[in-house]
Amino acid sequence: MLRQVLKSILKKPVTIMYPYEKLEMPDKFRGKLKFSPEKCIGCKMCMKDCPTGAITINKIGEKKFEAVIDLDKCIYCAQCVDSCPKKALEATKEVELAQLDKGKLRVIFDAESQKTTEEESKK
Amino acid sequence: MADPRKFKIPIGPQHPALKEPESFSVALKGEKIKGLDIRLGYNHRGIEKACEGKTFIQDVYLLERICGICSHSHSTCFVQAVEEIAGLAVPRRALYIRTLVAELERVHSHYLWLGVAGHEIGFDTLLMYTWRDREAIMDVLALLTGNRVNYGINCLGGVRRDIDATQIKEVIKAIDELEERTKYYIEVATQEVTIIERLSGVGILSHEDALRLGAVGPTGRASGVNRDVRRDDAYAAYAELKFDVITDDHCDVYGRTLVRVKELLQSFSIIRQVLKNLPDGPIAVRAPRKIPAGEAFNRYEAPRGEDVHYVKANGTEFPERVKVRAPTLANIRSVKQMLKDRYLADMPIVIAAIDPCFSCTDRLISVKHDNKEKEVMEWQALRSYSIDWYSKRGVDFTELNKKLEEKFKHK
Repeated sequence: MLRQVLKSILKKPVTIMYPYEKLEMPDKFRGKLKFSPEKCIGCKMCMKDCPTGAITINKIGEKKFEAVIDLDKCIYCAQCVDSCPKKALEATKEVELAQLDKGKLRVIFDAESQKTTEEESKK
Repeated sequence: MADPRKFKIPIGPQHPALKEPESFSVALKGEKIKGLDIRLGYNHRGIEKACEGKTFIQDVYLLERICGICSHSHSTCFVQAVEEIAGLAVPRRALYIRTLVAELERVHSHYLWLGVAGHEIGFDTLLMYTWRDREAIMDVLALLTGNRVNYGINCLGGVRRDIDATQIKEVIKAIDELEERTKYYIEVATQEVTIIERLSGVGILSHEDALRLGAVGPTGRASGVNRDVRRDDAYAAYAELKFDVITDDHCDVYGRTLVRVKELLQSFSIIRQVLKNLPDGPIAVRAPRKIPAGEAFNRYEAPRGEDVHYVKANGTEFPERVKVRAPTLANIRSVKQMLKDRYLADMPIVIAAIDPCFSCTDRLISVKHDNKEKEVMEWQALRSYSIDWYSKRGVDFTELNKKLEEKFKHK
Protein backbone atom coordinates (compact mmCIF):
# COMPACT_ATOMS: atom_id res chain seq x y z
CA MET A 1 0.00 0.00 0.00
CA LEU A 2 2.68 2.48 1.07
CA ARG A 3 4.79 1.44 -1.90
CA GLN A 4 1.87 2.18 -4.22
CA VAL A 5 1.39 5.62 -2.65
CA LEU A 6 5.06 6.57 -2.92
CA LYS A 7 5.20 5.29 -6.48
CA SER A 8 2.17 7.35 -7.45
CA ILE A 9 3.59 10.50 -5.86
CA LEU A 10 6.75 10.29 -7.92
CA LYS A 11 5.01 9.38 -11.17
CA LYS A 12 4.10 11.91 -13.80
CA PRO A 13 0.36 12.25 -14.51
CA VAL A 14 -0.89 9.95 -17.27
CA THR A 15 -3.09 12.65 -18.74
CA ILE A 16 -1.88 15.70 -20.66
CA MET A 17 -3.12 19.31 -20.53
CA TYR A 18 -4.91 19.01 -23.84
CA PRO A 19 -5.42 22.40 -25.47
CA TYR A 20 -1.92 23.51 -24.42
CA GLU A 21 -0.16 20.23 -25.08
CA LYS A 22 -1.06 18.16 -28.08
CA LEU A 23 -0.48 14.54 -28.92
CA GLU A 24 1.27 13.64 -32.14
CA MET A 25 -0.96 11.50 -34.31
CA PRO A 26 0.50 8.27 -35.72
CA ASP A 27 1.62 8.18 -39.36
CA LYS A 28 -1.29 6.09 -40.56
CA PHE A 29 -3.82 8.37 -38.93
CA ARG A 30 -6.95 9.08 -40.92
CA GLY A 31 -7.76 12.74 -40.38
CA LYS A 32 -9.10 15.52 -42.57
CA LEU A 33 -8.78 14.81 -46.28
CA LYS A 34 -6.50 16.70 -48.62
CA PHE A 35 -7.21 16.91 -52.32
CA SER A 36 -4.71 17.67 -55.07
CA PRO A 37 -6.67 19.03 -58.06
CA GLU A 38 -3.78 18.68 -60.52
CA LYS A 39 -3.71 14.90 -60.04
CA CYS A 40 -7.46 14.33 -60.32
CA ILE A 41 -8.72 12.79 -63.56
CA GLY A 42 -12.39 12.98 -62.63
CA CYS A 43 -13.12 9.25 -62.55
CA LYS A 44 -15.31 9.79 -59.47
CA MET A 45 -14.38 6.46 -57.89
CA CYS A 46 -14.10 8.22 -54.53
CA MET A 47 -17.68 9.45 -54.86
CA LYS A 48 -18.85 5.95 -55.70
CA ASP A 49 -17.09 4.26 -52.79
CA CYS A 50 -17.68 6.85 -50.08
CA PRO A 51 -19.96 5.18 -47.50
CA THR A 52 -21.66 8.46 -46.55
CA GLY A 53 -21.57 10.52 -49.72
CA ALA A 54 -19.30 13.09 -48.13
CA ILE A 55 -17.20 13.80 -51.20
CA THR A 56 -18.33 15.33 -54.48
CA ILE A 57 -16.12 15.89 -57.51
CA ASN A 58 -17.28 18.66 -59.85
CA LYS A 59 -15.91 19.51 -63.25
CA ILE A 60 -15.00 23.20 -63.36
CA GLY A 61 -13.20 23.36 -66.66
CA GLU A 62 -11.22 21.46 -69.25
CA LYS A 63 -9.53 18.66 -67.24
CA LYS A 64 -10.04 20.69 -64.09
CA PHE A 65 -11.88 19.30 -61.11
CA GLU A 66 -12.80 20.51 -57.68
CA ALA A 67 -13.66 18.41 -54.64
CA VAL A 68 -16.34 19.36 -52.16
CA ILE A 69 -15.92 17.55 -48.87
CA ASP A 70 -18.56 17.68 -46.16
CA LEU A 71 -16.54 17.24 -42.99
CA ASP A 72 -19.70 16.58 -40.97
CA LYS A 73 -20.69 13.70 -43.23
CA CYS A 74 -17.20 12.23 -43.50
CA ILE A 75 -16.55 9.22 -41.27
CA TYR A 76 -12.78 9.39 -41.83
CA CYS A 77 -12.46 5.84 -43.12
CA ALA A 78 -10.16 6.99 -45.96
CA GLN A 79 -11.73 4.56 -48.41
CA CYS A 80 -11.57 7.34 -51.04
CA VAL A 81 -7.80 7.49 -50.56
CA ASP A 82 -7.61 3.77 -51.35
CA SER A 83 -10.06 4.05 -54.24
CA CYS A 84 -8.30 6.92 -55.99
CA PRO A 85 -6.23 5.53 -58.89
CA LYS A 86 -4.08 8.69 -59.17
CA LYS A 87 -3.49 9.33 -55.45
CA ALA A 88 -5.14 12.74 -55.66
CA LEU A 89 -6.53 12.30 -52.15
CA GLU A 90 -4.64 11.84 -48.95
CA ALA A 91 -5.52 11.72 -45.26
CA THR A 92 -3.79 14.29 -43.07
CA LYS A 93 -3.18 14.22 -39.34
CA GLU A 94 -5.56 17.13 -38.75
CA VAL A 95 -8.13 16.29 -36.08
CA GLU A 96 -9.37 19.55 -34.64
CA LEU A 97 -12.29 20.06 -36.96
CA ALA A 98 -15.02 21.26 -34.61
CA GLN A 99 -16.83 24.37 -35.80
CA LEU A 100 -19.60 26.56 -34.46
CA ASP A 101 -20.65 27.53 -37.95
CA LYS A 102 -21.98 24.58 -39.91
CA GLY A 103 -21.09 26.22 -43.22
CA LYS A 104 -17.40 25.98 -42.42
CA LEU A 105 -17.65 22.19 -42.38
CA ARG A 106 -18.02 22.19 -46.15
CA VAL A 107 -14.55 22.42 -47.62
CA ILE A 108 -14.01 23.12 -51.30
CA PHE A 109 -10.71 22.20 -52.88
CA ASP A 110 -10.24 23.63 -56.33
CA ALA A 111 -7.33 24.69 -58.49
CA GLU A 112 -7.78 28.37 -57.58
CA SER A 113 -8.02 28.01 -53.82
CA GLN A 114 -5.10 25.62 -53.92
CA LYS A 115 -2.94 28.33 -55.44
CA THR A 116 -3.88 30.95 -52.88
CA THR A 117 -3.16 28.66 -49.94
CA GLU A 118 0.22 27.81 -51.41
CA GLU A 119 1.04 31.49 -51.79
CA GLU A 120 -0.07 32.13 -48.23
CA SER A 121 2.14 29.38 -46.92
CA LYS A 122 5.11 30.80 -48.85
CA LYS A 123 4.63 34.18 -47.21
CA MET B 1 -50.54 -7.71 -10.09
CA ALA B 2 -52.82 -9.76 -7.93
CA ASP B 3 -50.42 -10.00 -5.03
CA PRO B 4 -50.29 -6.62 -3.27
CA ARG B 5 -46.98 -7.51 -1.70
CA LYS B 6 -45.40 -7.71 -5.14
CA PHE B 7 -44.22 -4.45 -6.57
CA LYS B 8 -43.39 -3.72 -10.17
CA ILE B 9 -40.80 -1.10 -11.01
CA PRO B 10 -39.62 -0.05 -14.43
CA ILE B 11 -35.89 0.40 -14.99
CA GLY B 12 -35.18 2.16 -18.24
CA PRO B 13 -35.36 2.89 -21.15
CA GLN B 14 -33.64 5.94 -19.71
CA HIS B 15 -32.06 5.28 -16.36
CA PRO B 16 -28.90 6.55 -14.66
CA ALA B 17 -27.69 3.01 -13.98
CA LEU B 18 -27.90 1.95 -17.61
CA LYS B 19 -25.41 2.94 -20.26
CA GLU B 20 -27.69 2.26 -23.16
CA PRO B 21 -31.45 2.47 -23.64
CA GLU B 22 -33.14 -0.79 -22.74
CA SER B 23 -36.10 -1.48 -20.55
CA PHE B 24 -36.38 -3.85 -17.62
CA SER B 25 -39.63 -4.32 -15.80
CA VAL B 26 -38.80 -5.82 -12.43
CA ALA B 27 -41.40 -7.49 -10.21
CA LEU B 28 -40.23 -7.22 -6.64
CA LYS B 29 -41.25 -8.86 -3.41
CA GLY B 30 -39.39 -6.97 -0.76
CA GLU B 31 -35.85 -6.73 -2.05
CA LYS B 32 -36.05 -9.91 -4.08
CA ILE B 33 -36.62 -10.07 -7.81
CA LYS B 34 -39.58 -12.32 -8.59
CA GLY B 35 -39.96 -11.61 -12.25
CA LEU B 36 -38.07 -9.78 -14.94
CA ASP B 37 -39.29 -8.60 -18.28
CA ILE B 38 -36.63 -7.42 -20.71
CA ARG B 39 -37.57 -5.24 -23.63
CA LEU B 40 -35.11 -4.30 -26.31
CA GLY B 41 -35.61 -2.18 -29.38
CA TYR B 42 -34.97 1.35 -28.19
CA ASN B 43 -31.91 1.79 -30.31
CA HIS B 44 -32.88 0.28 -33.61
CA ARG B 45 -30.79 1.88 -36.33
CA GLY B 46 -31.89 -0.04 -39.42
CA ILE B 47 -28.35 -1.07 -40.30
CA GLU B 48 -29.35 -4.31 -42.03
CA LYS B 49 -31.75 -2.49 -44.33
CA ALA B 50 -29.21 0.25 -44.97
CA CYS B 51 -26.69 -2.42 -46.03
CA GLU B 52 -28.92 -3.42 -48.93
CA GLY B 53 -28.74 0.09 -50.34
CA LYS B 54 -24.98 0.33 -50.20
CA THR B 55 -22.23 -1.48 -52.06
CA PHE B 56 -20.16 -4.24 -50.47
CA ILE B 57 -17.24 -1.84 -50.03
CA GLN B 58 -19.39 0.70 -48.22
CA ASP B 59 -21.00 -1.98 -46.06
CA VAL B 60 -17.66 -2.89 -44.52
CA TYR B 61 -17.56 0.56 -42.91
CA LEU B 62 -21.24 0.59 -42.04
CA LEU B 63 -21.12 -2.80 -40.31
CA GLU B 64 -17.97 -1.80 -38.50
CA ARG B 65 -20.08 0.83 -36.79
CA ILE B 66 -22.58 -1.64 -35.33
CA CYS B 67 -20.45 -1.68 -32.23
CA GLY B 68 -17.85 0.80 -31.12
CA ILE B 69 -15.97 -1.71 -29.00
CA CYS B 70 -15.99 -4.88 -31.06
CA SER B 71 -15.99 -3.09 -34.41
CA HIS B 72 -13.27 -5.31 -35.87
CA SER B 73 -15.38 -8.37 -35.04
CA HIS B 74 -18.31 -7.22 -37.13
CA SER B 75 -16.28 -6.06 -40.10
CA THR B 76 -14.14 -9.24 -40.14
CA CYS B 77 -17.20 -11.43 -39.88
CA PHE B 78 -18.84 -9.67 -42.83
CA VAL B 79 -15.68 -9.56 -44.90
CA GLN B 80 -15.06 -13.29 -44.35
CA ALA B 81 -18.58 -14.09 -45.46
CA VAL B 82 -18.21 -12.02 -48.65
CA GLU B 83 -14.81 -13.55 -49.36
CA GLU B 84 -16.36 -16.98 -49.06
CA ILE B 85 -19.04 -16.08 -51.62
CA ALA B 86 -16.55 -14.53 -54.03
CA GLY B 87 -14.05 -17.36 -53.51
CA LEU B 88 -11.17 -15.03 -52.69
CA ALA B 89 -7.94 -16.50 -51.37
CA VAL B 90 -6.83 -14.01 -48.74
CA PRO B 91 -3.03 -13.75 -48.34
CA ARG B 92 -1.62 -15.26 -45.17
CA ARG B 93 -0.06 -12.01 -44.04
CA ALA B 94 -3.48 -10.35 -44.16
CA LEU B 95 -4.97 -13.14 -42.05
CA TYR B 96 -2.23 -12.68 -39.46
CA ILE B 97 -2.77 -8.91 -39.31
CA ARG B 98 -6.51 -9.48 -38.89
CA THR B 99 -5.81 -11.86 -36.04
CA LEU B 100 -3.45 -9.37 -34.44
CA VAL B 101 -6.03 -6.58 -34.50
CA ALA B 102 -8.73 -8.99 -33.30
CA GLU B 103 -6.70 -10.00 -30.26
CA LEU B 104 -5.72 -6.42 -29.44
CA GLU B 105 -9.41 -5.62 -29.61
CA ARG B 106 -10.20 -8.48 -27.24
CA VAL B 107 -7.61 -7.16 -24.81
CA HIS B 108 -9.05 -3.65 -24.85
CA SER B 109 -12.62 -4.94 -24.59
CA HIS B 110 -11.83 -7.17 -21.59
CA TYR B 111 -9.95 -4.33 -19.90
CA LEU B 112 -12.95 -2.11 -20.49
CA TRP B 113 -15.24 -4.76 -19.01
CA LEU B 114 -13.04 -5.18 -15.97
CA GLY B 115 -13.23 -1.45 -15.33
CA VAL B 116 -17.01 -1.33 -15.79
CA ALA B 117 -17.47 -4.33 -13.49
CA GLY B 118 -15.28 -2.64 -10.88
CA HIS B 119 -17.38 0.49 -11.20
CA GLU B 120 -20.65 -1.42 -10.79
CA ILE B 121 -19.54 -2.96 -7.51
CA GLY B 122 -18.21 0.34 -6.22
CA PHE B 123 -14.55 -0.49 -6.77
CA ASP B 124 -13.69 2.60 -8.78
CA THR B 125 -9.95 2.26 -8.26
CA LEU B 126 -10.08 -0.78 -10.52
CA LEU B 127 -11.90 1.31 -13.13
CA MET B 128 -9.19 3.96 -13.04
CA TYR B 129 -6.39 1.40 -13.18
CA THR B 130 -7.77 -0.70 -16.02
CA TRP B 131 -8.84 2.22 -18.15
CA ARG B 132 -5.44 3.83 -17.77
CA ASP B 133 -3.81 0.60 -18.94
CA ARG B 134 -6.33 0.29 -21.73
CA GLU B 135 -4.97 3.52 -23.19
CA ALA B 136 -1.76 1.70 -24.12
CA ILE B 137 -3.78 -0.72 -26.26
CA MET B 138 -5.77 2.10 -27.84
CA ASP B 139 -2.53 3.84 -28.78
CA VAL B 140 -1.17 0.63 -30.30
CA LEU B 141 -4.38 0.20 -32.30
CA ALA B 142 -4.14 3.79 -33.53
CA LEU B 143 -0.54 3.16 -34.52
CA LEU B 144 -1.35 -0.02 -36.44
CA THR B 145 -4.63 0.91 -38.05
CA GLY B 146 -4.93 4.68 -38.02
CA ASN B 147 -7.67 5.08 -35.47
CA ARG B 148 -8.46 4.25 -31.86
CA VAL B 149 -11.94 2.93 -32.61
CA ASN B 150 -13.49 1.78 -35.90
CA TYR B 151 -10.08 0.68 -37.11
CA GLY B 152 -11.02 0.31 -40.77
CA ILE B 153 -8.26 -2.26 -41.27
CA ASN B 154 -10.37 -4.74 -43.24
CA CYS B 155 -11.12 -4.60 -46.91
CA LEU B 156 -12.58 -7.26 -49.16
CA GLY B 157 -9.71 -9.59 -49.95
CA GLY B 158 -7.30 -8.62 -47.20
CA VAL B 159 -6.28 -5.73 -44.99
CA ARG B 160 -5.66 -2.10 -45.85
CA ARG B 161 -2.53 -1.37 -43.86
CA ASP B 162 0.72 -3.26 -43.53
CA ILE B 163 2.80 -3.33 -40.36
CA ASP B 164 6.55 -2.84 -40.16
CA ALA B 165 9.37 -3.72 -37.78
CA THR B 166 9.21 -0.53 -35.70
CA GLN B 167 5.49 -1.02 -35.12
CA ILE B 168 6.07 -4.61 -34.05
CA LYS B 169 8.55 -3.31 -31.47
CA GLU B 170 6.00 -0.82 -30.18
CA VAL B 171 3.34 -3.51 -29.88
CA ILE B 172 5.67 -5.86 -28.00
CA LYS B 173 6.67 -3.05 -25.67
CA ALA B 174 3.01 -2.32 -24.85
CA ILE B 175 2.21 -6.02 -24.48
CA ASP B 176 5.11 -6.59 -22.06
CA GLU B 177 3.86 -3.80 -19.85
CA LEU B 178 0.25 -4.93 -19.99
CA GLU B 179 1.10 -8.54 -19.25
CA GLU B 180 2.65 -7.41 -15.98
CA ARG B 181 -0.48 -5.42 -15.19
CA THR B 182 -2.73 -8.35 -16.09
CA LYS B 183 -0.83 -10.62 -13.70
CA TYR B 184 -1.48 -8.01 -11.04
CA TYR B 185 -5.20 -8.00 -11.86
CA ILE B 186 -5.30 -11.77 -11.66
CA GLU B 187 -3.72 -11.45 -8.24
CA VAL B 188 -6.34 -8.85 -7.29
CA ALA B 189 -9.20 -10.97 -8.61
CA THR B 190 -8.09 -14.15 -6.86
CA GLN B 191 -6.91 -12.68 -3.54
CA GLU B 192 -8.85 -9.48 -2.89
CA VAL B 193 -11.53 -10.47 -0.39
CA THR B 194 -14.00 -7.70 -1.25
CA ILE B 195 -14.13 -8.75 -4.92
CA ILE B 196 -14.52 -12.44 -4.10
CA GLU B 197 -17.22 -11.77 -1.50
CA ARG B 198 -19.14 -9.37 -3.70
CA LEU B 199 -19.09 -11.46 -6.87
CA SER B 200 -19.28 -15.04 -5.62
CA GLY B 201 -22.73 -16.56 -5.82
CA VAL B 202 -24.11 -13.54 -7.69
CA GLY B 203 -25.87 -14.11 -11.01
CA ILE B 204 -25.68 -17.88 -10.97
CA LEU B 205 -26.18 -19.57 -14.34
CA SER B 206 -25.84 -23.32 -14.09
CA HIS B 207 -24.15 -25.36 -16.81
CA GLU B 208 -27.52 -26.80 -17.94
CA ASP B 209 -29.13 -23.37 -18.04
CA ALA B 210 -26.21 -21.93 -19.99
CA LEU B 211 -26.63 -24.67 -22.60
CA ARG B 212 -30.41 -24.36 -22.66
CA LEU B 213 -30.39 -20.57 -23.02
CA GLY B 214 -27.55 -20.60 -25.52
CA ALA B 215 -25.08 -18.46 -23.60
CA VAL B 216 -21.98 -17.64 -25.65
CA GLY B 217 -18.54 -16.24 -25.03
CA PRO B 218 -17.15 -15.64 -21.54
CA THR B 219 -20.67 -15.87 -20.08
CA GLY B 220 -21.02 -19.42 -21.34
CA ARG B 221 -17.43 -20.40 -20.66
CA ALA B 222 -17.76 -19.30 -17.03
CA SER B 223 -20.55 -21.87 -16.74
CA GLY B 224 -18.35 -24.62 -18.10
CA VAL B 225 -19.51 -24.41 -21.72
CA ASN B 226 -16.33 -25.29 -23.53
CA ARG B 227 -17.01 -23.47 -26.78
CA ASP B 228 -14.87 -21.04 -28.69
CA VAL B 229 -15.26 -20.33 -32.40
CA ARG B 230 -11.55 -19.58 -32.63
CA ARG B 231 -10.84 -23.24 -31.89
CA ASP B 232 -14.01 -25.00 -33.05
CA ASP B 233 -14.33 -23.30 -36.43
CA ALA B 234 -10.94 -21.70 -36.88
CA TYR B 235 -10.92 -18.62 -39.08
CA ALA B 236 -8.11 -16.17 -39.97
CA ALA B 237 -4.83 -17.48 -38.57
CA TYR B 238 -6.17 -19.23 -35.47
CA ALA B 239 -5.67 -22.73 -36.89
CA GLU B 240 -1.91 -22.14 -36.88
CA LEU B 241 -1.74 -20.66 -33.38
CA LYS B 242 -1.62 -22.30 -30.00
CA PHE B 243 -3.95 -21.12 -27.27
CA ASP B 244 -6.16 -22.51 -24.54
CA VAL B 245 -9.88 -21.99 -24.22
CA ILE B 246 -10.45 -20.78 -20.69
CA THR B 247 -13.41 -22.27 -18.87
CA ASP B 248 -14.49 -21.99 -15.30
CA ASP B 249 -17.01 -23.81 -13.12
CA HIS B 250 -17.91 -21.03 -10.70
CA CYS B 251 -21.02 -20.31 -12.84
CA ASP B 252 -21.33 -16.82 -11.31
CA VAL B 253 -20.07 -13.29 -11.93
CA TYR B 254 -16.82 -14.16 -10.19
CA GLY B 255 -16.29 -16.97 -12.69
CA ARG B 256 -16.93 -14.58 -15.56
CA THR B 257 -14.32 -12.20 -14.14
CA LEU B 258 -11.76 -15.01 -13.89
CA VAL B 259 -12.46 -16.18 -17.44
CA ARG B 260 -11.94 -12.69 -18.79
CA VAL B 261 -8.72 -11.89 -16.95
CA LYS B 262 -7.26 -15.29 -17.86
CA GLU B 263 -8.29 -14.82 -21.48
CA LEU B 264 -6.19 -11.67 -21.48
CA LEU B 265 -3.06 -13.75 -20.93
CA GLN B 266 -4.07 -16.06 -23.78
CA SER B 267 -4.55 -13.04 -26.02
CA PHE B 268 -1.07 -11.76 -25.18
CA SER B 269 0.34 -15.16 -26.05
CA ILE B 270 -1.54 -15.15 -29.38
CA ILE B 271 -0.28 -11.64 -30.18
CA ARG B 272 3.31 -12.73 -29.52
CA GLN B 273 2.90 -15.77 -31.75
CA VAL B 274 1.39 -13.66 -34.52
CA LEU B 275 4.20 -11.12 -34.40
CA LYS B 276 6.84 -13.86 -34.31
CA ASN B 277 5.42 -15.89 -37.20
CA LEU B 278 4.19 -13.00 -39.35
CA PRO B 279 4.59 -14.31 -42.92
CA ASP B 280 5.84 -12.14 -45.76
CA GLY B 281 3.86 -11.40 -48.85
CA PRO B 282 1.07 -9.20 -50.12
CA ILE B 283 -1.57 -7.91 -47.72
CA ALA B 284 -4.56 -8.01 -50.04
CA VAL B 285 -5.90 -9.50 -53.23
CA ARG B 286 -8.03 -7.54 -55.63
CA ALA B 287 -11.71 -8.08 -54.90
CA PRO B 288 -14.32 -7.79 -57.66
CA ARG B 289 -16.86 -5.00 -57.30
CA LYS B 290 -19.69 -7.29 -58.31
CA ILE B 291 -19.90 -10.22 -55.96
CA PRO B 292 -21.26 -13.40 -57.65
CA ALA B 293 -24.62 -14.72 -56.49
CA GLY B 294 -24.45 -16.91 -53.43
CA GLU B 295 -24.85 -16.93 -49.71
CA ALA B 296 -22.56 -17.40 -46.75
CA PHE B 297 -22.88 -17.73 -43.04
CA ASN B 298 -19.94 -16.75 -40.90
CA ARG B 299 -19.11 -17.15 -37.24
CA TYR B 300 -16.60 -15.11 -35.32
CA GLU B 301 -15.52 -15.12 -31.69
CA ALA B 302 -16.00 -11.50 -30.63
CA PRO B 303 -14.81 -10.45 -27.15
CA ARG B 304 -18.39 -10.88 -25.93
CA GLY B 305 -19.09 -14.18 -27.63
CA GLU B 306 -20.05 -15.66 -30.92
CA ASP B 307 -20.93 -13.10 -33.56
CA VAL B 308 -22.86 -14.32 -36.58
CA HIS B 309 -23.27 -12.74 -40.00
CA TYR B 310 -25.33 -14.02 -42.88
CA VAL B 311 -24.76 -12.47 -46.29
CA LYS B 312 -26.63 -13.16 -49.50
CA ALA B 313 -25.31 -11.77 -52.77
CA ASN B 314 -27.22 -11.59 -56.04
CA GLY B 315 -24.46 -10.90 -58.54
CA THR B 316 -24.57 -7.10 -58.28
CA GLU B 317 -22.56 -4.61 -56.26
CA PHE B 318 -25.24 -4.58 -53.58
CA PRO B 319 -25.97 -7.39 -51.14
CA GLU B 320 -29.41 -8.95 -51.26
CA ARG B 321 -29.55 -9.48 -47.51
CA VAL B 322 -27.26 -9.00 -44.53
CA LYS B 323 -28.24 -10.46 -41.19
CA VAL B 324 -26.31 -9.81 -38.02
CA ARG B 325 -26.65 -11.50 -34.67
CA ALA B 326 -24.58 -9.77 -32.05
CA PRO B 327 -23.37 -11.84 -29.07
CA THR B 328 -25.51 -9.89 -26.60
CA LEU B 329 -28.70 -11.21 -28.16
CA ALA B 330 -27.60 -14.74 -27.30
CA ASN B 331 -26.67 -13.78 -23.75
CA ILE B 332 -29.52 -11.46 -22.80
CA ARG B 333 -31.95 -14.32 -22.19
CA SER B 334 -29.73 -15.76 -19.52
CA VAL B 335 -29.96 -12.52 -17.49
CA LYS B 336 -33.52 -13.41 -16.55
CA GLN B 337 -32.36 -16.74 -15.20
CA MET B 338 -29.41 -15.15 -13.39
CA LEU B 339 -31.57 -12.62 -11.56
CA LYS B 340 -34.29 -15.01 -10.44
CA ASP B 341 -34.80 -14.68 -6.67
CA ARG B 342 -31.79 -12.43 -6.36
CA TYR B 343 -31.58 -9.04 -4.71
CA LEU B 344 -32.35 -5.90 -6.70
CA ALA B 345 -28.95 -4.48 -5.76
CA ASP B 346 -27.26 -7.26 -7.75
CA MET B 347 -28.97 -6.22 -10.94
CA PRO B 348 -26.40 -3.71 -12.28
CA ILE B 349 -23.44 -6.06 -11.90
CA VAL B 350 -25.33 -9.10 -13.23
CA ILE B 351 -26.38 -7.19 -16.33
CA ALA B 352 -22.89 -5.77 -16.72
CA ALA B 353 -21.38 -9.25 -16.32
CA ILE B 354 -22.59 -10.40 -19.73
CA ASP B 355 -20.87 -7.28 -21.13
CA PRO B 356 -24.05 -6.15 -22.86
CA CYS B 357 -24.09 -4.08 -25.99
CA PHE B 358 -27.75 -3.29 -26.49
CA SER B 359 -27.35 -1.06 -29.48
CA CYS B 360 -25.58 -3.87 -31.33
CA THR B 361 -28.39 -6.23 -30.44
CA ASP B 362 -31.25 -4.17 -31.82
CA ARG B 363 -31.73 -5.65 -35.23
CA LEU B 364 -35.33 -6.53 -35.93
CA ILE B 365 -38.62 -4.77 -35.41
CA SER B 366 -41.57 -7.02 -34.80
CA VAL B 367 -44.92 -5.32 -34.40
CA LYS B 368 -47.25 -7.12 -32.04
CA HIS B 369 -50.96 -6.57 -32.47
CA ASP B 370 -53.22 -7.39 -29.57
CA ASN B 371 -55.12 -10.65 -30.15
CA LYS B 372 -53.55 -11.05 -33.55
CA GLU B 373 -51.04 -13.40 -35.05
CA LYS B 374 -47.65 -12.03 -36.05
CA GLU B 375 -47.73 -10.47 -39.48
CA VAL B 376 -45.23 -9.12 -41.92
CA MET B 377 -45.71 -5.42 -42.63
CA GLU B 378 -44.62 -3.65 -45.76
CA TRP B 379 -42.83 -0.33 -45.51
CA GLN B 380 -45.91 1.71 -46.57
CA ALA B 381 -48.23 -0.15 -44.19
CA LEU B 382 -45.78 0.36 -41.34
CA ARG B 383 -45.61 4.06 -42.12
CA SER B 384 -49.37 4.58 -42.17
CA TYR B 385 -49.64 2.48 -39.00
CA SER B 386 -47.26 4.81 -37.22
CA ILE B 387 -49.07 7.92 -38.49
CA ASP B 388 -52.39 6.46 -37.26
CA TRP B 389 -50.85 5.51 -33.91
CA TYR B 390 -49.68 9.05 -33.32
CA SER B 391 -52.79 10.80 -34.63
CA LYS B 392 -54.92 8.75 -32.22
CA ARG B 393 -52.80 10.25 -29.46
CA GLY B 394 -53.15 13.77 -30.75
CA VAL B 395 -49.85 14.12 -32.59
CA ASP B 396 -50.26 15.38 -36.11
CA PHE B 397 -47.50 14.99 -38.65
CA THR B 398 -49.21 16.40 -41.76
CA GLU B 399 -47.64 19.86 -41.41
CA LEU B 400 -44.23 18.42 -40.77
CA ASN B 401 -44.54 16.03 -43.72
CA LYS B 402 -45.42 18.91 -46.04
CA LYS B 403 -42.38 20.84 -44.89
CA LEU B 404 -40.16 17.83 -45.38
CA GLU B 405 -41.52 17.19 -48.87
CA GLU B 406 -40.85 20.81 -49.82
CA LYS B 407 -37.34 20.54 -48.49
CA PHE B 408 -36.62 17.46 -50.56
CA LYS B 409 -38.07 19.13 -53.67
CA HIS B 410 -35.43 21.84 -53.36
CA LYS B 411 -32.70 19.26 -53.43
